[in-house]
Amino acid sequence: MAKAADHSTINSTNGQVAIGANTQSVIAPPELEVVNMTKRFGSFTALENVSMTLKPGTLHALLGENGAGKSTLVKCVMGFYKPTSGEIKINGQVCPVNSPRDAQQYGIGMVYQHFTSVPAMTVAENLVLSRYDNSNVINWKQEMEGLRAFMETAPFQVPLELTIAQLAAGQKQKLEILKQLYLKSKILILDEPTSVLTPGEADEVLGLIRQQVTAGQLSVLMISHKFREIMAFADEITVLRKGNFAGNGKVKDLTVSEMAEMMMGEKRDPQPVEKSEHAEPAPVLQIQDIHANKDNGLEIVKGINLTVHSGEIVGIAGISGNGQRELVEVLAGQRPATGGQVLVNGEVYRATRAEMYKHRVFVLPEEPLRNACVAHMSVAENLALRTFDRPPQAKGILLIFKAIREMAVGLIQTFKIKTPSPETPVGNLSGGNVQRTVLARELSADHIKLLIAANPCFGLDFAAVDYIHSQIVAARNRGVAVLLVSEDLDELLKLSDRILVISEGEFAYESAIAEADFATIGRSMAGH
Amino acid sequence: MALNRSNWRATAEAIAIPIVAILFALILFGIFCAFCGKNPLSIYGAIYSTAFGNWRTFQGTLLRAAPLMLTALCTALPARLGLMIIGNEGALVMGGIGATIAGLMLSYGSLLPNVDQVKNTLGLPSLTVQIGMALGGILFGGLWIAAVGALRHYRAVNETISSLLMNYIAIALLNHLVEGPMKDPASLNKPSSFPIPDAYQLSNISGTRIHYGLLYGLIACIISYFLIQHTTFGFAARTAGGNVKAARIAGLPVGKLTVIICFLAGSCAGLAGMVEVAAVQGQANGSLVAGYGYAGILVAFVARYNPLAAAIVAVLLGGIINSGGALQRTFNMPDATVLVFQGLVFIVVLYSESLYGRLKIFKEAEVKAPPPSAASTAVPV
Repeated sequence: MAKAADHSTINSTNGQVAIGANTQSVIAPPELEVVNMTKRFGSFTALENVSMTLKPGTLHALLGENGAGKSTLVKCVMGFYKPTSGEIKINGQVCPVNSPRDAQQYGIGMVYQHFTSVPAMTVAENLVLSRYDNSNVINWKQEMEGLRAFMETAPFQVPLELTIAQLAAGQKQKLEILKQLYLKSKILILDEPTSVLTPGEADEVLGLIRQQVTAGQLSVLMISHKFREIMAFADEITVLRKGNFAGNGKVKDLTVSEMAEMMMGEKRDPQPVEKSEHAEPAPVLQIQDIHANKDNGLEIVKGINLTVHSGEIVGIAGISGNGQRELVEVLAGQRPATGGQVLVNGEVYRATRAEMYKHRVFVLPEEPLRNACVAHMSVAENLALRTFDRPPQAKGILLIFKAIREMAVGLIQTFKIKTPSPETPVGNLSGGNVQRTVLARELSADHIKLLIAANPCFGLDFAAVDYIHSQIVAARNRGVAVLLVSEDLDELLKLSDRILVISEGEFAYESAIAEADFATIGRSMAGH
Repeated sequence: MALNRSNWRATAEAIAIPIVAILFALILFGIFCAFCGKNPLSIYGAIYSTAFGNWRTFQGTLLRAAPLMLTALCTALPARLGLMIIGNEGALVMGGIGATIAGLMLSYGSLLPNVDQVKNTLGLPSLTVQIGMALGGILFGGLWIAAVGALRHYRAVNETISSLLMNYIAIALLNHLVEGPMKDPASLNKPSSFPIPDAYQLSNISGTRIHYGLLYGLIACIISYFLIQHTTFGFAARTAGGNVKAARIAGLPVGKLTVIICFLAGSCAGLAGMVEVAAVQGQANGSLVAGYGYAGILVAFVARYNPLAAAIVAVLLGGIINSGGALQRTFNMPDATVLVFQGLVFIVVLYSESLYGRLKIFKEAEVKAPPPSAASTAVPV
């Protein structure tokens, strides 16, 4: 209770300060040292003998490809995993961290890649919940006052009354960061914090965190794949490769290609995409006046019309929460449309299995573990989700396990999925490898006609991003119609033939990519 | 899928935890018996010898296991689809009603036969009548639980609550029928329907006092296992049970799957009701509500919703139920003592659910075993 009162007085007396309490406290963040950390999962070594130091008042970036061990390292620091060997030192003293609560007590807070809020509870409840304190009674009036004051000064706003389930990915990510700001952690660990933010939002968030760091109020350890952000905001980097330490250094002494070399082991440039022209594009996907509701029953998609032709990538840009998620869910068969219809190849499409097979429709949804995988079923079974009821994987109604396994082994090799075995539950794999599993399933089929992709590169390292981009473009060049919904504007500008901006459930901008005007797109996204 | 290197630990875990849980419940029950002033060891001995001691008493165990196998499937099948259905008792009762109606109609051509009709039955072959009764039980029980599934999918009604409440409706319906529209005027003390003629009742497996219901149970368990693990339908159901969003993206008809699985689940319990009518009671009356439905939930839990394991667990629990009479006679303990035991097993097994994935011994080894030379000198700790 005292905390909340403290909070509101600070904010009322000093409203201009971004995060009120921090300016008044003079305690500098402690030094965090990781010494010879090793973590094994069964016979799989995720992290081997890695050491690093997070100096007080610095923004330290942790770089590495998918499965390099970045998430494992920070989860060990947070007490989420118990390291096989190695220790954590805070200000030179060995501090065993056995749980996230221990970490919180040392002033370490983390924003996880997977969201950690309670879906059924409101934003306000989640914020209060995140505070480990001893009071048994919650004075909601006071808490809400404190939270409102906090929100006013926070770098970005999330409606306090909404439940988490109603938030889009971008808003959830913002809330996760807000939570740590609210808890006044001195060491902030960010696991790809900007992957669902627009570049503008990302700069705003990181800029604000940077201010705190520069003022010596905060140390930040950030997992990131975006060199632009690292160059602009980080002081130092540590690079991991395949679970091993691969290098470190000060950002001002390094170039992007040097960092990339540490990460990849060799120099490489992003591969430019090559597009071929198609003579006779035919309409494949026709969206006619589609309406859909959010989870809370309010209309979010308000009459969308769109045609995607064969051999064309149509990109939809927009700030998260403007109806693009619901639109994709309608197209993927996960959400009923409240009005309008979808045609594929000129026929009405209701996303049944038979129609998907007939028209060869495939989907790469966002958050693949939540949207496209069964966590406790094996990698092989998840890979077979599209094909299990057809020969050779089924004979009549019988499953042919041998065929399922054989296909899985092939796909695991082709798509370089890192898994102990095809029988491992897919939920045990790292985020990037879950994504590869879904990619393998959705992109490996013959004769894809229509591909619907939503944030397909969310949280992947740039080698994987290049790979996915080349796969999408290759599909397009084969004549596949691609609808690409993304919150990464660079990705859209790189891949799309035509770009549209969705704002408040309607298209606010449309242009061929050659004539696309960056400034207008930005304004349309912001709703101007 | 076949046992292989990467999942043998999971298999061992799924077997060891329920067994340890049952042993623990046994110890708790022993403490309870000690408080009642009885020697727990001699009670264990009595339970064992009445349940599994010799062929004669073991037949009694199998008799009680037969309906348990069927009612367990009523919880186990929907559980694979992520539904927790506990309407086993109601589905059994509905199945009993359905079987009785079919049996009476096929025997006499009427639910309330007059003296002439009783004397001159329709004379259909007994197999026809029995198949008719089985279909009646399957249909009534199946539709009963299918309604629960439909409510769940189309109206988002919690399936656990609705199936529980539908138990009471089914029991009330049974009481209404046997005390009114279907009442045999001859059944004064215990309102019942007209009896199914002896000729049409399920006979015993030759040389035993076990009726063919046991065979129904075993076959249903094997078919269910096969259906879930080895067919495309089972794959689709497991997918929808694991993540409904993934199932939708794959275009699987989640609503249809839900209703079908629920129908199959209810039809198994309904078949148990038919067995009770056709082999044990010979007519529909309050004795159908004997707790086999609720005990079936327990069986499904202990078996971790695996239909094959359910068959084995049903025999175990059948033995415990079977020993109730012996406890009463030999130790002068109330008949309900076995219910205490059942309850303890239930609670301990529910608790043991929380142990999965937490025991080190069942996790994949993190470090390779040390070389033998080091092991030989190591001091055990």
